[in-house]
Amino acid sequence: MSDDITVTRELDLRNLSCPMPLVKISKGIKDVAVGQVVKAVTSDPGALADFPAWAKTSGNQILKTEQAGDETSFFIKRLK
Amino acid sequence: MQPDFAARIEELEARVESLERGGQENKLSMVVFSGDLDRALAAFIIATGAAAMGMEVMLFFTFWGTPLLRDPKKSAPGKDMMGTMFGAMLPKGAAKARLSKMHFAGLGTKMMRDLMAGKNVASLPQMIDLAAELGVKICVCDLSMNLMGFKREEMLDYPDLMYCGVATFLEQAMGSKVQLFI
Repeated sequence: MSDDITVTRELDLRNLSCPMPLVKISKGIKDVAVGQVVKAVTSDPGALADFPAWAKTSGNQILKTEQAGDETSFFIKRLK
Repeated sequence: MQPDFAARIEELEARVESLERGGQENKLSMVVFSGDLDRALAAFIIATGAAAMGMEVMLFFTFWGTPLLRDPKKSAPGKDMMGTMFGAMLPKGAAKARLSKMHFAGLGTKMMRDLMAGKNVASLPQMIDLAAELGVKICVCDLSMNLMGFKREEMLDYPDLMYCGVATFLEQAMGSKVQLFI
């Protein structure tokens, strides 16, 4: 459980394929204030590598990654 | 403690800024020469991905890529014989693009489109809409329009669609971090 992280918004990106998860998270992160956390749930295997790459170039931080079967949850903090 | 950190951060920010200015801008310039469905999809996935990651993207459509921007709902009368021929032989818009391999007289391409739909992958027209939403800029090669007899009035209503020559592309490319040719 992620009791230590307060999720402000959850994005259901399941069943979306490249490049949609990337596009949605880049838009979705703008919907929360700086310092708040978005939880993005994706089932796209490509997203596993893509999300950290996106976080790095967009200057946001992945606090935690949770795997449940073929679903991955990224807890992303908006830094800027 | 705090004044030290603030000063340090300011210094680092100034250094990063000057580095960013000296180098190439966070831009992606891509030539879309091919009109194949598979290649065009790759172009748009890269373009939308780059835009999603904060890059400024410019696509330069030329040669076989030009017909992909035709609007199937529009027509342009008054073409000469060559223009009419090109217009008939080349795909009328992104939805009619064909695979570069395994087209199999249309069966292969249809199969690929169905496969993509089944796996929830956006179609090429949908990717173009997505690119428009994300602010991807498109420039169409005037020479190609001229050679193939295409008219501006039959092209898609893409936001800020520009018509240009090679110098426009090169100028963008020179200042971009990433330059690609598809």
